[in-house]
Amino acid sequence: MNSYAQKRGFLATLWDYLTTVDHKKIAILYLVAGGFFFVLGGIEALLIRVQLAVPNNDFMSADMFNQVMTMHGTTMIFLAAMPLLFALMNAVLPLQIGARDVAFPFINALGFWLFLFGGIFLNLSWFLGGAPDAGWTSYASLSLASEGKRIDFYTLGLQISGFGTLMAGINFIVTIINMRTTGMTYMRMPMFTWTTFVACSLILFAFPPLTISIFFLIFDRLFGAQFFNVDMGGNTIIWEHLFWIFGHPEVYILVLPAFGIFSEVISTFSRKRLFGYASMVFATVLIGFLGFMVWAHHMFTTGLGPIANAIFAVATMAIAVPTGIKIFNWLLTMWGGSIKLTTPMLYAVAFIPSFVIGGVTGIMNAASVADYQYHDTYFVVGHFHYVILGGVVFAVLAGLHFYWPKMFGTMLNETLGKITFWLFLIGFHLTFFVQHFLGLMGMPRRTFTFLEGQGLETGNYISSIGSVLMAVASVILVINIIITSVKNKKVGNDPWGDGRTLEWSISSPPPYYNFKQLPLVRSIDAYWHEKMEGRKEMPPAEPLGDIHMPNPSFIPFMISFGLFIAAFGAMYRPDYSWGLPVLIGGLVITFGSMLVRSLKDDLGTYIKKEELDDDKGVKA
Amino acid sequence: MKRFTRWRLSLLLVIMAFILSGCGEPYLSSLRPAGEVAKKQFHLMLLSTAIMVLVILVVTTLFVIVLIRFRRKDDRIPEQVEGSHKLEVIWTVIPIILILILALPTVKATLALGNMSGMEDEDAVVVNVRASLYWWEFEYPNEGIVTSQELVVPTDEKIFFNLTASDVKHSFWVPALGGTLDTNTDNVNTFWLQIDSDAAEEAGNLFYGKCAELCGPSHALMDSKVRAVSRDEYDRWIKGMKAAKEPQKPETALAKKGEEIFNEKGCISCHAVTSANSTIEAARIGPNLTDFGERAYVVGILQNNKEELKKWLKNPESVKPANKMTGTYEELTEEELDALAEYLLSLKVTE
Repeated sequence: MNSYAQKRGFLATLWDYLTTVDHKKIAILYLVAGGFFFVLGGIEALLIRVQLAVPNNDFMSADMFNQVMTMHGTTMIFLAAMPLLFALMNAVLPLQIGARDVAFPFINALGFWLFLFGGIFLNLSWFLGGAPDAGWTSYASLSLASEGKRIDFYTLGLQISGFGTLMAGINFIVTIINMRTTGMTYMRMPMFTWTTFVACSLILFAFPPLTISIFFLIFDRLFGAQFFNVDMGGNTIIWEHLFWIFGHPEVYILVLPAFGIFSEVISTFSRKRLFGYASMVFATVLIGFLGFMVWAHHMFTTGLGPIANAIFAVATMAIAVPTGIKIFNWLLTMWGGSIKLTTPMLYAVAFIPSFVIGGVTGIMNAASVADYQYHDTYFVVGHFHYVILGGVVFAVLAGLHFYWPKMFGTMLNETLGKITFWLFLIGFHLTFFVQHFLGLMGMPRRTFTFLEGQGLETGNYISSIGSVLMAVASVILVINIIITSVKNKKVGNDPWGDGRTLEWSISSPPPYYNFKQLPLVRSIDAYWHEKMEGRKEMPPAEPLGDIHMPNPSFIPFMISFGLFIAAFGAMYRPDYSWGLPVLIGGLVITFGSMLVRSLKDDLGTYIKKEELDDDKGVKA
Repeated sequence: MKRFTRWRLSLLLVIMAFILSGCGEPYLSSLRPAGEVAKKQFHLMLLSTAIMVLVILVVTTLFVIVLIRFRRKDDRIPEQVEGSHKLEVIWTVIPIILILILALPTVKATLALGNMSGMEDEDAVVVNVRASLYWWEFEYPNEGIVTSQELVVPTDEKIFFNLTASDVKHSFWVPALGGTLDTNTDNVNTFWLQIDSDAAEEAGNLFYGKCAELCGPSHALMDSKVRAVSRDEYDRWIKGMKAAKEPQKPETALAKKGEEIFNEKGCISCHAVTSANSTIEAARIGPNLTDFGERAYVVGILQNNKEELKKWLKNPESVKPANKMTGTYEELTEEELDALAEYLLSLKVTE
């Protein structure tokens, strides 16, 4: 059982990962899959910038551009940003609250495999007649008009991966509510745990509208329903509402965990507790709440009327208040601190001005009347890339460098890390700052080209140069990861030296049961508190005893695989006679696997006390 | 710190580059507002930008101070500060005030732009915009006429719009005149614009419009034009259009041949050459060509001359991918193209 340090064959390792229910291994799965999709989405972004580097470019056809642009957005949001955040949550969150795993390890694995099969399904469209081409928002009139199977790949792929996201969200909520160790009260939880908690609550309420709207679209396209068919009494505006009731909270689902990561990084490398912790928690919850009240600001130009627009404008502006609280709290955390500019800290520090730019352009967008000029232009493209790159991607990169030793037991190279950072930062601002102006100067978004002599050449050219810098930065990051993995120089519990929370009190990587004895939390920043009192380890909250651990299982893979098969059946059913049997066959696999899971008792295993004693030498 | 300054510097250079290249073209840029709506929006942009720059300055100042003063110099453990109620109240209240400063004019302007009073007046200039893949139809219900691609409107008075789409959702945007409004397939949206004569003159009396909502491969090329002219000239155009009840009789022999081709090859089944709006919308499959010879652009993006027109007629797919005209007629010979172009360019209503 106690196998994490043993050498094993490739197939055994593969089987281990295919069946794992260990949150730390699932984190690595999320990281690898999310990283792969991030590279894919990045390549798509580069193709976009090549096409738009000069006017009237014919590098790509208009049709191909729409596919690449759609897949860039869809991939980055659903298959890169969210999984990468899930990777960090899985890696860190149970450790932060002093738990041995998440509440539902089986569901955790299921969530991952659903996401992966959904993502693979979506990307198979490239080889099977073309990728989705109606934008990541897939507005109903256009997505119904799209011919072939393209949009069906979008709907079915996102539906499957969406189930996975929903499950992961519920799992973390339950974990945080139920699995905290003794003394870990809500108001002692690390900020990353808090933001994950709120973000997952948002998932719980935001993903069902997406699921419904996607089902509507699936039924319309594949089963002859008429939800969005205007000629038959349907309504396309409903799609916009449902999509944005999901879509706006989605921004906060992404950015709140990012805030959490930055809170941890800033506090750690300033050697200070988070300034205004209580108000940070309050601001997080408030942002989450307000996030549901503002979806219609994506629809200011849909024609909802001046009253609705005015109300949603003011509601949107209100979000600036809690966000502002956070920004100033971070600054004041650093104020009077002892700041060490490590790679993660560089990202966190650069995040503040970058995100402020993204935030204030958000407020500019909130001014509904002015938004009529920004809407669907490159201004908006600039704005949300400042939020999502400057917020979420910076956070993922910060978190990756910060938690790499905790996940893999070895540190990423700091010099290469800093080179990546500077290239990425400069490239990022070069690419997206000018896009605000391009939009104001009359460039709509999602255009496969622009015409000569309309004053848009310089901006687009600069923007394309910036994107190359980001690509180079990403390549250096990959090199860094490879070098680090080859060298594999092991580090101790608290490699940064300033760790404050529970995850830094145990070995890197932690043993698969995490805590030999669950720790007793006596203060906020529990590990820091014990260090300051002169202790090296956390005081235990329980006597040394047998540890109950879940068994690995291949069933999550099979459940997800069944849906993957069923999706092909559903998609080709209108055209081929084999569609229906495949659809049914896939569902049989899924429900059969669920039946096996329900009927077969799986009581888990116990790690004996004696085994734990043997382990003492291994643990640093 | 040094590297940080360098980053700032490069950012500044980018900004400078933009200031040097101007704020875009007067016929296209929302930063060169040419009418009341665009001006209202521009003022709101300026106000919000000013407030936001203030915020950025405050944050950046604090940020720079923090990064200079509090870098790690020794191994001391800083004091663990829990928070400060006073400070937290300050940075809660000040943003609320800033937002109120922005919210009130926003609400006021939103309601003002939503005010459609005067649209029902008999002499109001009302335009029904209908967006189709990838062209624009402009119907004047009060005058009973239809034109396409190039909207003709008088300066210095309110123009009221009804917007709708016939296939998928599009969005009608003329940045220099005002922000976008979607053309939905479900309902009719309304808004108004007003164009200053001075600004119109500066822009050469021709403003460029775009489709702002992704609608398919040629979304990027779905441009419209707004010709803003004096009331007199507008009246003259309306009069000419109203008079075009019968197809115009071409004068030259080549143009006559072009007319024959136009009728025989089936162009006429989609494209009307008379201005009346008597046929139903669904039957108006392609752009109305009644005043084609007077338009500045072919299909919204090519200069309207014989060469470009022939390029379009010869192979529409190469100009606007996935357009609905490709493949609806047999390939045209060079002579046929010549004649057809001659005919189309002869279609004028104000001479």
